[in-house]
Amino acid sequence: MTALQTIASVRQRKSQSSVSAWFERSVPALVLSPSVCVSVIFVYGFVLVTGYLSFTPSTLMPRYALVGLDRYRDLFSNDVWWESVNNLAWFTVPFIIGSAAFGLLLAILMDQRIRYEGALRATFLYPLALSQIVAGTAWQWLFNPTYGLERAVQNFGWSSFRFNWLGNPDLAIFCVVIAAIWQCTGFVASLFLAGLRSVDDEIVKAAQIDGASLPTIYRRIILPVIRPVFFSVTLILAHLAIKTFDIIVVMTAGGPGTATWLPSYFMYTFAFERGRMGIGAASAMMMLAMIVAVLVPLMYLESRATRNAT
Amino acid sequence: MGVSKAVALFLAATWLGGVGSARAEDLEVLHYWTSGGESKAVNVLKGEIEKKAFTWKDSAIAGGGGQNAMTVLKSRAVAGDPPAVVQMRGPAVQDWAENGALVDLDKVAGGWSKVLPPAIFNVLKYKNKIYAAPHWIHRVNWMYINKAILDKAGGKVPTTREELYQVADKMKAAGFIPIAHGETAYQDGVFFEGIVQSMGIDFYRKAILEGDQQALTSPTMVKVFDTVRESQKYFDDGVQGRPWNLAAAMVIEGKAGILFMGDWANGEFKNAGKVPGKDYVCVPVPGTEKMFTFIADTFVFFKQHDQPASPGQLALASLIMTPEYQEKAAFYKGAIPAITTASVVEFDDCAKKSAADMKASISSDTLITSQNQGTSEARLGAIRDVVSKFMNSKQDSKSAAEALAKAVKAAM
Repeated sequence: MTALQTIASVRQRKSQSSVSAWFERSVPALVLSPSVCVSVIFVYGFVLVTGYLSFTPSTLMPRYALVGLDRYRDLFSNDVWWESVNNLAWFTVPFIIGSAAFGLLLAILMDQRIRYEGALRATFLYPLALSQIVAGTAWQWLFNPTYGLERAVQNFGWSSFRFNWLGNPDLAIFCVVIAAIWQCTGFVASLFLAGLRSVDDEIVKAAQIDGASLPTIYRRIILPVIRPVFFSVTLILAHLAIKTFDIIVVMTAGGPGTATWLPSYFMYTFAFERGRMGIGAASAMMMLAMIVAVLVPLMYLESRATRNAT
Repeated sequence: MGVSKAVALFLAATWLGGVGSARAEDLEVLHYWTSGGESKAVNVLKGEIEKKAFTWKDSAIAGGGGQNAMTVLKSRAVAGDPPAVVQMRGPAVQDWAENGALVDLDKVAGGWSKVLPPAIFNVLKYKNKIYAAPHWIHRVNWMYINKAILDKAGGKVPTTREELYQVADKMKAAGFIPIAHGETAYQDGVFFEGIVQSMGIDFYRKAILEGDQQALTSPTMVKVFDTVRESQKYFDDGVQGRPWNLAAAMVIEGKAGILFMGDWANGEFKNAGKVPGKDYVCVPVPGTEKMFTFIADTFVFFKQHDQPASPGQLALASLIMTPEYQEKAAFYKGAIPAITTASVVEFDDCAKKSAADMKASISSDTLITSQNQGTSEARLGAIRDVVSKFMNSKQDSKSAAEALAKAVKAAM
């Protein structure tokens, strides 16, 4: 082999290795790029289009002339919009507290090394597998005074029993809250259960030897340790609450009156039913702003909590 | 020789086949007539147009009172592929015409102004061109009363609000639900409309159809809301969310006395085997006897590949306007024919009264669009929000009238 040949073969090997190195470096990017493209176009692209539409006079069909903040002025002077936002608060707060409380209770009960735990867990998780349409319809029937719970109790003999929350503008929103809590509790419970199981047994045993009672162990040791789970749960429930739509459509259709309108329902009605696409787009942007306003601080807190925990 | 002959035959056959399919134009029809009587009416039209060698491609989209169909239409129009024929009503016709999406029917619509009442002819037009063909006319300002219950309450058909309250009180005393209603935004809207109209046709036109701020905040409008509140006393407890057909069933079965609903409710009575005059009475809403408030169901025709009206579209439009079709279709639908030359001898007494009242209203100029027909979706929705909220809360009439004026202004 001549010196020249040797140099050539070394070069070849070198270039081969650089190709394979390049390939190794870019495989993840190549594999991810389709999904990145899809989400860039269909999520962020459409967010931008919606944002643009909110500055246009679009009605039945999109129009692309810019009219500044007119649509936002229309939106903010609309009573129904403010009622929707108000209702969202009445929905979100009880929904998050209720789901988290019931979920935690179920998780703690299931954590007691009980029999048939797997079966129970599946049972509690099952409502999440139902679509909101099905869950909402079932609860609508239960709450209906003429053939639901009220009728059933009356048939048992308590004839003066009244339970017509769905027809009461002040209470109808809580019917939706109850249905939503029922649907999410099992999911929240399984999140908490996973958190509880990750707590080191040694700590618990040490506390037991020190004579701590079970409630004290949970209150003083286990729950503080799983604090990050609380953040995750709040994060997930908060964005679910802002997106709530199907369950409103089937349970109340926004009624009685406008007592259970939520921003999502407002957006759909104005953009697609009433041909006010500009206002619909503006309300969608406001919903995005709400989600960002809730999620960003929560995510920041969560990342700090996780760092402190480890 | 044999082979070349076979090839020639094959070519000829495909050529002929090609010509044949070019002649049989496909008409895709987007509509939401899916219930029993409605689909019977549509099938009459389908049969007739297929006799003329056009192909009817049915795109029926049920649900939402047409909202679902309109959502599909919007997305297909944006994508540049709208159906050739679409069922439509109200100012949407003018909106689509303004967007340049429709073909005009002027080639076949020359004589339409002679057979249609002017008020109905007007809703088909945009800038002096005709864009829609009406199938039939519905009258909205109807009141249905169960005859047996009415007899127990004195037997006199009420013609004013005061008389209505007296009759309702007697019905209540006799153990019946006086007014059958369902608290849905839609029925609340119909109920409200009737009361506005009873304040006079000019007030109704100004306040609802024109959205005049002065009329909307006037003492008359406050009185309208007072009347709504007063009438609500005669509803029952299970009123929330009840669909209109179940409210109608309460009157049919003799549980409730009075129903306020358009003439499509007459179909429910008919299907239950009830006879007008004997089992139930149909009269206009008190205070609106002279008025005929209408909804016209029409077909509009969407531009295909930027072409003017195709032969199939024109043939369908002319077919809709024949008396033979209108008689059959209106009969099945439970409406009355839109054209005045069609006969209603086969129809029941309520429909006959409707047709006679329509003729009378033409000469007295009291044929007027109902809310559904005469206001945009945006304004209709805004009115329903306010009315429905008022009916489901303890809001006072004055602030409701103010809220209504504000909402209507925002939806202009």
